[in-house]
Amino acid sequence: MAKELVEFRNLETHFKTSAGTVKAVNDVSFSIREGETLCVVGESGCGKSVTAMSLMQLIESPPGKIVGGEIIFEGKDLLKLSKKDMSRLRGNEIAMIFQEPMSSLNPVFTIGKQITEPLLYHLGMTQKEAKARAIELITMVGIPRPEKIYDSYPHELSGGMRQRIMIAIALSCNPKLLIADEPTTALDVTIQAQILDLMRDIKGKMNTAIMMITHDLGVVAEMADFVVVMYAGKVIEEAPVLELFKNPQHPYTQGLLKAKPVINQRQERLYSIPGQVPNPVDLGDNCHFHDRCEFCMEICKAKTPPLRTHADGHKTACWLYEEEGKAQ
Amino acid sequence: MEQPLNRTEQLQEQLKLVKVESPWKIAFRRFARNKLAVIGLTILVLMFLLCFIGPLFSPYTLMQTNIPGKNQAPNATHWLGTDKLGRDILLRMMLAGRISLTVGIVATAIAVAIGVTLGAVAGFYRKFADTLIMRIADIFLALPSLPILITLGAILSDLKVNPSQRIYFLMLIIGVLGWVSLARLVRSQILTLREQEFMQATEALGLRDNRKIFRHLMPNTIPIIIVSATLGVAGAIITESALSFLGLGVVPPTPSWGNMINAANNLVDFRKRPWIWIPPGFCILITVTAINLIGDGLRDALDPKMKTR
Amino acid sequence: MSESVVQLDKQQSGGSSQPLVRVDNLKKYFPITGGVFQRRVGDVKAVDGVSFAINRGESFGLVGESGCGKSTIGRTLLRLNDKTDGTVTFDGQDLHKLSKSDLRNMRTKMQIVFQDPFSSLNPRIKVGEAIGEALIDHGLASRKDVKNRVIETMKICGLAEYHYDRFPHEFSGGQRQRIGIARALIMNPEFIVADEPVSALDVSIQAQIINLLSDLQREKQLTYLFISHDLSVVEHLCNRVGVMYLGTMMEMAPTDELFSNPLHPYTKALMSAIPIPDPTLKRERIVLQGDIPSPANPPSGCKFHTRCPMAADICKQQVPEYRNVGNEHFVACHFA
Repeated sequence: MAKELVEFRNLETHFKTSAGTVKAVNDVSFSIREGETLCVVGESGCGKSVTAMSLMQLIESPPGKIVGGEIIFEGKDLLKLSKKDMSRLRGNEIAMIFQEPMSSLNPVFTIGKQITEPLLYHLGMTQKEAKARAIELITMVGIPRPEKIYDSYPHELSGGMRQRIMIAIALSCNPKLLIADEPTTALDVTIQAQILDLMRDIKGKMNTAIMMITHDLGVVAEMADFVVVMYAGKVIEEAPVLELFKNPQHPYTQGLLKAKPVINQRQERLYSIPGQVPNPVDLGDNCHFHDRCEFCMEICKAKTPPLRTHADGHKTACWLYEEEGKAQ
Repeated sequence: MEQPLNRTEQLQEQLKLVKVESPWKIAFRRFARNKLAVIGLTILVLMFLLCFIGPLFSPYTLMQTNIPGKNQAPNATHWLGTDKLGRDILLRMMLAGRISLTVGIVATAIAVAIGVTLGAVAGFYRKFADTLIMRIADIFLALPSLPILITLGAILSDLKVNPSQRIYFLMLIIGVLGWVSLARLVRSQILTLREQEFMQATEALGLRDNRKIFRHLMPNTIPIIIVSATLGVAGAIITESALSFLGLGVVPPTPSWGNMINAANNLVDFRKRPWIWIPPGFCILITVTAINLIGDGLRDALDPKMKTR
Repeated sequence: MSESVVQLDKQQSGGSSQPLVRVDNLKKYFPITGGVFQRRVGDVKAVDGVSFAINRGESFGLVGESGCGKSTIGRTLLRLNDKTDGTVTFDGQDLHKLSKSDLRNMRTKMQIVFQDPFSSLNPRIKVGEAIGEALIDHGLASRKDVKNRVIETMKICGLAEYHYDRFPHEFSGGQRQRIGIARALIMNPEFIVADEPVSALDVSIQAQIINLLSDLQREKQLTYLFISHDLSVVEHLCNRVGVMYLGTMMEMAPTDELFSNPLHPYTKALMSAIPIPDPTLKRERIVLQGDIPSPANPPSGCKFHTRCPMAADICKQQVPEYRNVGNEHFVACHFA
């Protein structure tokens, strides 16, 4: 198995609100290996984006704060780095693309200027080298006539093109890790297919590890090598992709897989998980899924299940698979 | 095991029944948490009490001159001293405050009445009404307000309008010149609201225009009207003071903060007798600041996104 | 285009029941204005000559990507927009010719459920009142009965009685969508346009709302126009499906027929583009090149030719005929 590139160890990111503390990321541990695509899946508010933002240290503070844990990137704890060192790392060794390609490009600068900026800043290229590299990058992300695009402004491009440009900017410094936060959610399906193809292609060429955040299990199945499922700030299951889809263990993961209508597999009635995602304020020490779970036991309401390995590379946080739980 | 759990659930249900918070209550709570805004409100309330209740306790009257006792520095009998006619400055300042505050509020009320009506008509009916109203607004906006106010002030002086009636004209003029920004604000807010899906839902439900306007549109524009009107009062007070200072607004013997400052229009009074102009100047400053703090607080509190901070 | 209408006629006149909704050659152009005098410099052809009919009790799906005009159809069909051309017949009456008061009465029979659960509810009105106000406004129930009817409808939609006095900001997205559905249902409409009702929701909540919609249809014999960009949701919920691209209907067929035998290359590409949650499945995927052209300036001939893997010269010049290829399967492609 490849070397570990990033390791989250007991990460805790909290947000202070007037209603109380929201543990957006609550004791999260997992790791991303070199050259691997890891997908973090979960519904809105499960903490998947906050985990990525914690890694980039782009948590707005206040109200947010990383209150505990470590994020080890190539042997260094990112949380202990100075602001300057961190900003040197960002965009250079770790790059990120966002959901909204509209708002993540600055409307008053040309595409060329925005692509060359990290090249000039991080790699110390000359203006001329940077331009050549930028045009190379634009070509690589599959945009025809790169010279013309180089001089155009973001509003002249479509959503799909902008997302390609974002990918080009992210890849400009050959990052070791690319974080993609719902990169295709705002796009149409046919454009989404193009972008997913592009990302697969790039991963093959550049051997970049990808941490992909998504809510779409279809995207996960297409892209991931390894999957982390989050719910209410906690990792509830993690496994290699084939294993997860073949043998989901946590009732939430099972429910998610059953709840999604699949094309050409018409069913009479969809399986649905009852209830709502719990209010994230002041969650107690229990399984946060207990009130929606059909296998809920007394212990689930009283104690947080540990995340433990139950099969090869497959970890689950559920009392159903623990001795204590089985006893009931 | 079953029983207690049910009871807590029932309790929770009851809690849910009790804890209903309307958007207005939330806004109030947020306003109350904003320290600066509460300080502003306190100052304004004190200022009102001073101006409207204070004169009742004064041993002097407005027109009571006392030439021998003129230009006294603050002392035990005249706490803020006297002016060049020997009138008590504290009393004049309090009565001036009545005038200035009243002019500010009434002028703004006029501006709000005109602005909201025209803005709402333009935004709701669009088409011809919108074009007409907005072009009129453009014309008003193109008029330089200070020269107009000065001209109108001069005309009032020329017509020898009674000083006590002059105040009403002043309110009307400031109000009529001030409706444009509010009308635009209300119109654009209504245009934005119309695009919201809940307004399209009222259309799809076939609700009457009355209900659409008074139950759906207006309640959602009231927050911006409140904020803008609050800040408008501050603006109107400043306009009134400026005009009165120039002798074109409220004219003596009726006192206003602006024309009281004007009393110190020569270097001798300005340098030697600061008690003549500092009190009214200070009143303008803190009143306008207080109103602006309240306005900012209201803006934050009434944030339509309803995010709790 | 007129021919297809005739064919629609034949197809539906076989049965005794008339379709509840008929859309004939509907066009909706939004003017683009420019210059100092706001002159009309062009049109966004959001809907450009679309015809279809929806039978009573049927659930008709409209799919397509952003800018294809599916939502505009939904709104023009309910006369929330004015049309540019064509007719919309609802229950035998030309909707766009009704007087204001007739239209208001007609509104009790047709409703809409919106996409965005946050902007679809007035933040300053209590949920119960928002659901019930149409009853009051139309004089359909006495004030006393209104509350009972509202609570009954709320329960049907999976809401609890205590929700009546609460404000929208206290609800999650899924619950707000339930409120929106209750508001649409309160007058017992025959026809509901559901405009992307689940696309803003999380997966686990989506399934709840889809099930609610299909339960309601069964219990109340509702007729749906279900608008979505998600083919898998449409397949699950609809009897017939129309696929749109740039304001034009590309293909329309009963659901089983469409999904087992898609004829239009766009439909095929759309189907293959959907990621399937099964990592063992290796599909032959048709990846379309390029972006969706602007509806202000659509390509000549077949609007899809710029991205079509099968495009030939004829596609650039001639608009393909929208024709019936049997089994009530309509398609607009030179090669189908």
